[in-house]
Amino acid sequence: MVDFGGWDMPVEYSGLLAEHNAVRTGVGVFDVSHMGCIQLRGPGSLAAVQRLLMNDASKLQVGQAHYSAMLTPEGTFVDDVVLHKLSDNDYLIVINAGTREKDIQWVRKTIGSMPSVHINDFSDMYTQIAIQGPRAQETLQKLTDTDLSAIRNYWFTWGKVAGNYNVLIARTGYTGEDGFEIYIPSDEVTSASVWQQISAAGQEFGIVPAGLGARNTLRLEASMALYGHEISDEVNVFEAGLGRYCKLDKDADFVGKAALLASAQAAPMRKLVGLEMVDRGIARDAYPVRSLEGEPLGVVTSGSPSPTLKKNIAMAYLPPDEATLDNVVAVEIRGTLAKARVVPTPFYKRARPSVVKS
Amino acid sequence: MSYPATYRYTKEHEWIEANGTAATVGITEYAQHLLGDIVFVDLPKIGQQLSQKSALGSVESVKAVSDVYAPASGSVTEINDALTSAPETINAEANTTWMIKLTLSDPTELDSLLDAAAYEQYVNEESTK
Repeated sequence: MVDFGGWDMPVEYSGLLAEHNAVRTGVGVFDVSHMGCIQLRGPGSLAAVQRLLMNDASKLQVGQAHYSAMLTPEGTFVDDVVLHKLSDNDYLIVINAGTREKDIQWVRKTIGSMPSVHINDFSDMYTQIAIQGPRAQETLQKLTDTDLSAIRNYWFTWGKVAGNYNVLIARTGYTGEDGFEIYIPSDEVTSASVWQQISAAGQEFGIVPAGLGARNTLRLEASMALYGHEISDEVNVFEAGLGRYCKLDKDADFVGKAALLASAQAAPMRKLVGLEMVDRGIARDAYPVRSLEGEPLGVVTSGSPSPTLKKNIAMAYLPPDEATLDNVVAVEIRGTLAKARVVPTPFYKRARPSVVKS
Repeated sequence: MSYPATYRYTKEHEWIEANGTAATVGITEYAQHLLGDIVFVDLPKIGQQLSQKSALGSVESVKAVSDVYAPASGSVTEINDALTSAPETINAEANTTWMIKLTLSDPTELDSLLDAAAYEQYVNEESTK
């Protein structure tokens, strides 16, 4: 064996399956300090955000966050982001690690000349830690006096966490599970101390550190897009099925709007679907998807065994007439065609907790 | 991790135990450790002719797929079907969980493989790269 999948990062700690299952049934903690964050501050920040991002930030209240994206003029993705409204004049954009340099350049180029807005790259100043799973709230609550049950999904607040003041505590995540993402000062002593305190607080719930491998299988089960896989600068918003986060009717002229208004009139060329393997075999990223007769149809964007569902699942782009539920196609797995069925997404949906106050 | 002294090893992390022309093949402790939780094993058919270094099948973990190569040429006499339903056995007992049995066509090919000490040294170098 020579190729172990090209993974050269520590993708697991105790083992991917154990980490994945801990997040689904208990709690896991992720070091996601590689994620970047950009702050837009000043009286012109809302106008800048509205120009930069496809979702309608005017609908956000202070303390609220939403999924959004920076688009190219063609309506394809520069990056997908989570936007937090810190105050009327202050927004925080959380971006992907792999696209960080490109993103910050894009932000400066797109809104750098707009009035009354300062752009700050905070990426190196904060460590992001994600605490995810049905026991995440109980775990984190031990380390803060802030009432976490009062934070609704995709809302955030500030509080003292593990001895650190003014920590941004957001009920967000990338696992399809309940959980929190916190932003703490990035110095090693603080980061290590908070990490250790979270690990100790979650011990009674079986907390484990979870790596990038589990992060990927968890987000895939929840059908959350990953930049470079489901979305890229070659895929537009409608093809990726993310039109609900794109507000073509908002007043602001955001980058990509004109192209998307035009393409909204036309049928998309391809559609992102969920696949479940029917035959034996695991669909992997970039494997071709074909008709049962072997004609090329599309490509797998992400594929993996699903530890929760105990099935082999994938996301793939298909022509719209092949993207119908229960349609059977074939994934070419190293030269062999294996049948797969188009299924609804997300593959996994957690039961919504009743403990969250609204 | 241990590597039985009676086995021979490849740099692609297979082991082979041979007695005359009868041989048994599996993947090493190091290989299963690198792969992580193994969830899928693809095996050849009985009677299939394998040449040295040709792919005999594959092993997949959640995160990666890896081809398994024949350490020596021969014809497949048995496959370990139990791995189809319990692939994780390889993680638990890599040294004793065989994948295929072979009748070797040229046992002298084994001379080109690593012995346990050489393999262990190779793995130590690989893992510190």
